[in-house]
Amino acid sequence: MDWQGQKLAEQLMQILLVGFAVIAFGIGYTIGSFQMMLLIYAGGVLLTTLITVPNWPFFNRHPLKWLDPIEAERHPKPQPSVVTATSKKTKTSSKSHQK
Amino acid sequence: MHSFGYRANALVTFGVTILAVMCAMASISDNLNIPSPTAHVQVMNVNWFQKQPNGNDEVSLTMNVSADLQSMFTWNTKQVFVFLTAEYETPQNSLNQVSLWDAIIPSKERAKFWIHTTNKYRLTDQGSNLRGKEFNLTLHWHVMPKTGKMFADKIVMTGYQLPENYR
Repeated sequence: MDWQGQKLAEQLMQILLVGFAVIAFGIGYTIGSFQMMLLIYAGGVLLTTLITVPNWPFFNRHPLKWLDPIEAERHPKPQPSVVTATSKKTKTSSKSHQK
Repeated sequence: MHSFGYRANALVTFGVTILAVMCAMASISDNLNIPSPTAHVQVMNVNWFQKQPNGNDEVSLTMNVSADLQSMFTWNTKQVFVFLTAEYETPQNSLNQVSLWDAIIPSKERAKFWIHTTNKYRLTDQGSNLRGKEFNLTLHWHVMPKTGKMFADKIVMTGYQLPENYR
């Protein structure tokens, strides 16, 4: 999830939860059913979970654009492993010669 | 909000906070309801009235209790507990309260009731002060909500008197 996606996910989560809470309380109070309020809100929380918790593709529409590694290409790292390997080889070879 | 776990945690925390706010609002909404209950108790008969071996007066009554408590029920009411007490004054105690009968009313439909009953719990005095005693019958109730604050109130019914002699 990119930065824009994270912001969107948090805002969606807050707006949806508050919205469902208002709807649930309104309906529950109007029809006089506490149970209905809880059921509507529980459904709302479930729906909000499905929308905002998984990493959906629409949270990844603004990927970070990293610069190309130009400098690294210009100055490649020296590779000491090759040098040591060759020196070792020469050493061992010299030892074997002595024997 | 960068990972599944963080988003789930934030959602649950915020969701539960809102749920608490909703419950608080439901409790506050109970204040909008102004109940107007009625109650009437008739003492039909004094079944017996005697002095116990330890010297305390005890009386058994038969009563007709009728009440309409439907206006107490709101959408946030779980049940209503009602109890009837005999209240009187003696030289020792300025207020004696003896519970005679109680009931749990689980729904609005059953809140308008009429019952013919003897006292469920013994009406016993601390001493022998009950002969000819004037007393009040008081219907107390506790409205138990689904969430939030519990309300309690009572109706006092005056003008009852016990007989002058044991029987």
